[in-house]
Amino acid sequence: MNSLKFDTTNLICGLLFVLTGIYFAYQAFELELGTAFRMGPGYFPFILACALMLFGVIILVQAARVHGEPIGHIAWRGMLFILPAPIFFGLTVRGLGFVPALFFTALIASFASGRMKPLTAVVLSAALTVFAVAVFIYGLGLPFRSFGPWLGL
Amino acid sequence: MDLFSNLALGFATATSLENLFFCLIGVLLGTLIGVLPGIGATATIAMLLPITFQLEPVSSLIMLAGIYYGAQYGGSTTAILINMPGESSSAVTAIDGYQMARKGKAGAALAIAAIGSFFAGTVSTFLVAIFAPPLTEIALQFGAAEYFSLMVVGLVSSIALAHGSIVKALAMVALGLLLGLVGTDIYTGTPRFTLGIREYADGLNFVAVAVGVFGIAEILRNLENEKSRSVLVSKVSGLLPTKEDFRAMVAPVLRGTVIGSILGILPGGGAILAAFASYTVEKKVSKNPQEFGQGAVAGVAGPESANNAGAQTSFIPLLTLGIPANPVMALMIGAMIIQGIVPGPNVAVEQPALFWGIIASMWIGNLMLVVLNLPLIGLWVKLLTIPYYVLFPIIMAFCSIGVYSVNSNVYDLYSVAFFGFIGYVLVKLRCEPAPLLLGFVLGPLLEENLRRAMILSRGDPTTFVTRPISAGLLFVAALVLVVVFLPSVKKKREEVFVEED
Repeated sequence: MNSLKFDTTNLICGLLFVLTGIYFAYQAFELELGTAFRMGPGYFPFILACALMLFGVIILVQAARVHGEPIGHIAWRGMLFILPAPIFFGLTVRGLGFVPALFFTALIASFASGRMKPLTAVVLSAALTVFAVAVFIYGLGLPFRSFGPWLGL
Repeated sequence: MDLFSNLALGFATATSLENLFFCLIGVLLGTLIGVLPGIGATATIAMLLPITFQLEPVSSLIMLAGIYYGAQYGGSTTAILINMPGESSSAVTAIDGYQMARKGKAGAALAIAAIGSFFAGTVSTFLVAIFAPPLTEIALQFGAAEYFSLMVVGLVSSIALAHGSIVKALAMVALGLLLGLVGTDIYTGTPRFTLGIREYADGLNFVAVAVGVFGIAEILRNLENEKSRSVLVSKVSGLLPTKEDFRAMVAPVLRGTVIGSILGILPGGGAILAAFASYTVEKKVSKNPQEFGQGAVAGVAGPESANNAGAQTSFIPLLTLGIPANPVMALMIGAMIIQGIVPGPNVAVEQPALFWGIIASMWIGNLMLVVLNLPLIGLWVKLLTIPYYVLFPIIMAFCSIGVYSVNSNVYDLYSVAFFGFIGYVLVKLRCEPAPLLLGFVLGPLLEENLRRAMILSRGDPTTFVTRPISAGLLFVAALVLVVVFLPSVKKKREEVFVEED
């Protein structure tokens, strides 16, 4: 029989935990560990990282024995458009200012769905921006600049 | 009576015009977002958290509590009307509530859920008022060792109540604790795991992690396969339950309240468990168990009361010990810390108006839900028809503004994207995010108390087992772990969670 067949989900999961554990353990080791009496900054993280590696290994062992359902559909398009949206906002909110940054953030996020039509997306983003300016800048009085220095305003 | 003067103080605080207003806003916003598809209470609170930062501490916590009940209530509404529980704790309601709606009794089902919830909320608010003060007394005598052990109990229980594999939940706790330690070490001032980025020296922003892991990950999951939702009932009529309905709901509501109140106190997310326990009990004691799954009144009344009672009593460990019982409570802790309040037994002593104000506002919030939502149900039903692709750009925009407004730190926005990605990957790998968030909140506290306890005991680790309260708590934690690993319990647990999915 095919004895070396792994459950992909658990295989990835276990590997991920082991690698993360190794990373944190290595980083913690660079810090001062100290003693149990006077623990240094690296002591507790080092223990946790070792625990994480141990759990990762257990999951890996399980991956070889128990088979679950496959991972299933992955939202590639969602990730492609949703994740950059807050990053774009972070990169531009100071330079472009609140209004353009928010408008494009919403616009980028809109394209995560295949059902969104371009015109709807623009209208939605514009309406959303107007609403947010009214609520956050005029209503709550948050100290955001509506238009930033990059626009030469 | 101390209790009454305290409650009077609480009601005086909670009924100030300002606080009533924020309670109302919270309840409305909570219901609104709870009704909208694909966003649960945790994600709702995570997203709305930043809006409350500009408020007074009392008002902000009252509003957050209102959002919590509101979202729970909204979750039940979607469970009944479209068989899509907005909240895992209303998954049980969907079983019989949806069947009632299909038989044309949607109005009655909604009313039963509302009335049951209100009754349970009233009883459990009093329970919180009665039990919180004596527990605070005990908690005030806690030293570092006791606190450490108590947090271990909290983390272990969150593992027990997580879905799926226990080892994965353990790993998630460890990962959460590690992420919580990112930032400057309190004793030596050494930066840890900050990747050399100065903006992360104060640690990862809690709101950013919560929004990423719960909010963004949930959006991505919903985008996997977009389906159109069909609303069963476009017009809900006959809100008032009949006499038989009333008669059928009294006993289940009472039993649900008791079950929910007890299970809610358990750290680790009692509301979900409470709803399931109540459903099981109702099915066992019912004269016509075959009715369950076909639209039994008891199948709606019991679990709805139980999950509301549990939601309420889960405030007990938060208010008395500063230990969150579930992810929502972890968010409340985050809110308190940002407001400059150190959660724990001192809150009741130092800020009685805040403490009792929150308790009183729970009851007021529940009352508002009943009064407002039954007439507003038509509006909520309309909201159900909003397509998802219109919603998530709005959510993304508000998340971005919200997270940025906390500290005006653009690196927090990069954390949102990163943790959104991590959260989605973990969901795909069938890892539950709740233990991670709990670990993240408790990480720094756990380390601080561990180190302090070890210094106090001069490096002797037996201090945790020689101090009686600490030993008792660790024993409880060990017991819980042993129990979840017992084969029979493990099997039963899997069944429960399979049913829920």
